[in-house]
Amino acid sequence: MTNTLPCLLITGAAGALAQQVIARLRDKYRLVVCDSRREVSMPEDIPSYRVDFNKRKFEDLFKEYHFDGIIHLGRIGSNEYSREGRYNANVIGSQRLLDLARKYNVKQTLILSTYFVYGAHPLNPAYLTESAPLKAAGITMDLVDSVELENLSTIYLWKYPELNITILRPCNIVGPGVNNTLSQLLMQERTPVLMGYSPMMQFIHLEDMASAIVIAFEKNHAGIYNIAPDDCVPYQVALSLCGCKKLPIPSVPENMPLLLAKLTGRELLPPHLLDYFKHSATIDGSLFSQTFDFKPRYSLKDIFSHYKHLKN
Amino acid sequence: MRFKKLENWLLPPDLKAKIDNAPKPLGSLDYDRWGYHRASAYKAAAGVRFLYDHYFKVQAFGRENIPTQGRVLIIANHSGYLPMDGALLAYSLLSNPYAPRVPRAMIERLFTNIPYVGTFFSQIGAVTGQTQNCIDMLKQEEAVIVFPEGVRGTGKGFIRRYQLQRFGNGFMDIAIDTNTPIIPVGIVGCEEALPMFGNAEGLAQKFGLPYFPITVPFPIPTRVTLNFGEPLYFSGPIHSEDDLEAKVNVVKAKIRQLIADAQHKHGVK
Repeated sequence: MTNTLPCLLITGAAGALAQQVIARLRDKYRLVVCDSRREVSMPEDIPSYRVDFNKRKFEDLFKEYHFDGIIHLGRIGSNEYSREGRYNANVIGSQRLLDLARKYNVKQTLILSTYFVYGAHPLNPAYLTESAPLKAAGITMDLVDSVELENLSTIYLWKYPELNITILRPCNIVGPGVNNTLSQLLMQERTPVLMGYSPMMQFIHLEDMASAIVIAFEKNHAGIYNIAPDDCVPYQVALSLCGCKKLPIPSVPENMPLLLAKLTGRELLPPHLLDYFKHSATIDGSLFSQTFDFKPRYSLKDIFSHYKHLKN
Repeated sequence: MRFKKLENWLLPPDLKAKIDNAPKPLGSLDYDRWGYHRASAYKAAAGVRFLYDHYFKVQAFGRENIPTQGRVLIIANHSGYLPMDGALLAYSLLSNPYAPRVPRAMIERLFTNIPYVGTFFSQIGAVTGQTQNCIDMLKQEEAVIVFPEGVRGTGKGFIRRYQLQRFGNGFMDIAIDTNTPIIPVGIVGCEEALPMFGNAEGLAQKFGLPYFPITVPFPIPTRVTLNFGEPLYFSGPIHSEDDLEAKVNVVKAKIRQLIADAQHKHGVK
């Protein structure tokens, strides 16, 4: 590897998605990876750091490596940390990352967001485009950090065009090694469902998502993009295809799922995501597909067969 | 073998073929974006077929006016305390001998939030009455049923039967924006089949419903007549709300006329 290659910072390196992205980019770029949760073991040629974005050490990385680009995958998911911890990491930390990117003349920044920002609402259209309002913050305080990260990134996107910010809002990322809420549910033998509800959902395989990130970074068309295949499936059908037995939870009255979770001492469904198991929030991924000529390789059946095999 | 016979009796192969051949953008698991599912459509068609042919003995006129393909808005009067007219209208389009269509129906927003009901309606092709959904479906060249009266039509009570209530103007905006023809339909018979003699307002408020009907315990098997009119074409630009309303009133007047014709046919048949 030579020093003439462009240098990239990849955050959130401990995640399965980052590992896939690193594997795809390591021959083309000088990579530096970091994670705020733990130091990630990497091959010798890839420096790896455990670093809090809000600490001075983070700026030291910018001074030392003169990054040409940043792939910011280090968004803390809604199933990790406390609400305050997520806010500090996702909003305050990301703002610092963007400020440092400006200060050290980083030419390109890619930020991973989530479709959760649109919010699950009974009146959602079936094709939520990138210009749809971000209703999640009005539905639950636990998604405020995700929405604020988006708003912040969007402000920087328009205010500082030299940063070439690309914001990606993927649907549910699932597949081997993924540890997010949906993936955890699909892995369970007996998975909670809200009685009478089976919202349409979209899933993208981890490898397809990694490819999408790489394409978006390499083609560099700044903007906001949804990433999702056109294929949808109701939640309960997805569970059946993953070999999950259903654990029906009464959905009426509205607070019944939370009450049952308290009584049984088990978190049946994440309380702040309950609406996503009632109402659809399906996104329109056509802008990304057309702009970047992207088509996912894995079908829904391929994705679900992985989870089914896990149970055999 | 017996099961197959029963299946064919419930849903004749030609009807099933009409559902199969409908050009719908289904995904790899036979669902579309709004939750429409082909196998659920079979079941719904089999159920409504009985109501259509035997219970309400529906007679349909003017179905030759329905375009064989391409986007179209089916605009009808709404009556009876349950949206039975929507189911009969949808079946009428499916069983149309001239050009079968598997239509979509825009339904009241309150249904989407009711457990089981919302899911069931989605699977058989009904979609929450939301502008963007309607536009997206028309862009996919669907036939979309809209009742512009909404709950004003179903909740008006038997005493005001066949008096058209205020029409929402949204459908006209959509028709012009998407360059979609409108087929007006006059429906006669559902007012008598599902009569609402009063509204238990207290109960309606308690359950969060627009009305709670005081009615007979089951639908009355009266004859239902569907009268389809010729396509109406509208173009923009729309200069004001009054301009829009004037266009809506053209459709309303046509539906009023189709109802009167249907009542005449209904009476003489």
